[in-house]
Amino acid sequence: MALKCAILGSGNIGTDLMIKMMRSDVLELTALVGIDPTSEGLARARALGLDAPHEGPDWILEHARDIDLVFDATSAYVHVRYAKKYADAGITAIDLTPAARGPKVIAAVNLMEHLDAPNINMVTCGGQATTPMVFAIYRAVDTLPYAEMVSTVASKSAGPGTRQNIDEFTKTTSTALREIGGADTSKAIIILNPADPPIMMRNTVFGALPEGTDHDAVLESIYAMEKEVAAYVPGYRLKNPPVIEEGPYPTPGGVVPHRVVVLLEVEGAGDYLPPYAGNLDIMTAAAMRVGVAIADHRGVSA
Amino acid sequence: MSVADYRLIDSTLRDGSHAISHQYFAEDVIRIVAGLDAAGVQVIEIAHGDGLGGSSFNYGFSAVSEKELIAQACDTAQTAQIACLLLPGIGLADDLREVRELGVSVARIAVHCTEADITEQHIRVAKDLGMEAIGFLMMAHMNSPEGLVEQALLMQSYGADTIYIADSAGAMTVDDVRHRVSALVGALEVPVGVHAHNNLSMAVANSIAAYEEGARNLDGTSAGLGAGAGNCPTEILAAVSAKYGIETGVDPLALMDVAEDVVRPLMPRQQVIDRAGLLLGYAGVYGSFLLHAERAAQRYGVPQSEIILELGRRKVVGGQEDMIIDVALELARKHAEQEVTP
Repeated sequence: MALKCAILGSGNIGTDLMIKMMRSDVLELTALVGIDPTSEGLARARALGLDAPHEGPDWILEHARDIDLVFDATSAYVHVRYAKKYADAGITAIDLTPAARGPKVIAAVNLMEHLDAPNINMVTCGGQATTPMVFAIYRAVDTLPYAEMVSTVASKSAGPGTRQNIDEFTKTTSTALREIGGADTSKAIIILNPADPPIMMRNTVFGALPEGTDHDAVLESIYAMEKEVAAYVPGYRLKNPPVIEEGPYPTPGGVVPHRVVVLLEVEGAGDYLPPYAGNLDIMTAAAMRVGVAIADHRGVSA
Repeated sequence: MSVADYRLIDSTLRDGSHAISHQYFAEDVIRIVAGLDAAGVQVIEIAHGDGLGGSSFNYGFSAVSEKELIAQACDTAQTAQIACLLLPGIGLADDLREVRELGVSVARIAVHCTEADITEQHIRVAKDLGMEAIGFLMMAHMNSPEGLVEQALLMQSYGADTIYIADSAGAMTVDDVRHRVSALVGALEVPVGVHAHNNLSMAVANSIAAYEEGARNLDGTSAGLGAGAGNCPTEILAAVSAKYGIETGVDPLALMDVAEDVVRPLMPRQQVIDRAGLLLGYAGVYGSFLLHAERAAQRYGVPQSEIILELGRRKVVGGQEDMIIDVALELARKHAEQEVTP
């Protein structure tokens, strides 16, 4: 028996996640729930033979008996209002908004730690792309005084939620670099690029390397992490070999002699938006990875 | 002091920060602010070159915390207002709250010229804090006059008190400036400003043209200190304005002294339009990439000019300094491949 799932939010993220979930044996999508009956996402869901109500989160609560997991792709504002209600109704929430009500999960780093949590937060697209590399550096060194990420996404792939709350993106991402990535101090930067044709999502990770760091071990760990993430996000790759640059660099975590620069590209699977929208893809692919792990944890088999 | 025909905003301590790799110290700030203030400059902008929170691996770490420097500037200024710059995605609304406490009264919220809707949060916070909010559309050569009007109207609707266009790549001709400024002046209720760079040797001419089209705010930096081949030099703008009979309210001779006696001695090199600087304007590349591209060129043994041209081809926008390393690595690989081919 597969886990019964509902997706809330019929925008880019919800629709992309729907297409991915239709291919799953262990996650059974029962409905894509929106609020606008004329939305393109709901029309697609109906065309795929899915239930596509437009009563929003209340529909989820009314059908709690038939829902094991809700994937919330609405907004932080909506998620905050309903998080406790889902938990009270016995529904596990996988939160794709920056609401951060539950523990943050980066699929390649701490996936197994929170499988029993009633609410799991997926951080941000940039967080899913860069936290694994910060952790890859951290696990190869004794201490990581400072880590920084720069995420550049195509303007077309940044929805109104991201645009109106850009501070939430940088703050949540920066926190993940410390709490999950292992950095002592951190900074996150997001840039929107309007080039046409749209650019592929790019992420750069800088790690501060203290005196005495084994540089080869850092590089090896980064290459290994590329494979670990690509296992669930096929378009995730190092655009160039990681490089160690000589400073010194007066970072917020102290002066270090070197930094490592990791240049990443995320090509989307093209499920809903075209492949340039790797930011969308890495979010939905990571959420799928979490959903499948929960199914596995609960003894669900295909 | 007579009424000025336009308001002069000096950005030596913000845009100029790029040209000295963000190595300003408290004594520099005190001398520059004191000099500009005494010369009658109305607004003095200070922050990391990439705005509040810009100190980073990607843009370069500040020698001294910008908040410390901003506090010095606020303490030093007698009549001038102190302004800051913030790029949403780099700096935070919390940074605005902090500098407001220090005495900053003007917030310039800067964004790529097609992405105005990410400034709403920060413009509103600035207004709630009782600051003047200036919307600052960067790389304005990459958008049409109509496109800029659309973006500026968004900022106006969020509460911006003034809207600037910035020629961040120093890529605009006089006609480019005229068309954009006249479109904005015709469409907006709020005043318009222009921030010019000198990569094509057009900064002063473009600023005067902007004034003639109705811009009532102009930016400069002392001795032109700034990103790329530099900014519109404040002292030259004041002198040329006087020749045109445009009242600035500032004393050109006092500004010449600040440039010569205070700022030039700080400069690691004079602002000249060398090949790299000219190429930025020619290829339309963000001016602050200049020194980063120079360092990457040295590190990876590839020509700086090739890096700049490739950045132009890729249509990178302000803030994407990480792509300089990316481009340098790819060029280095390409050169290595060519060497092994017989």
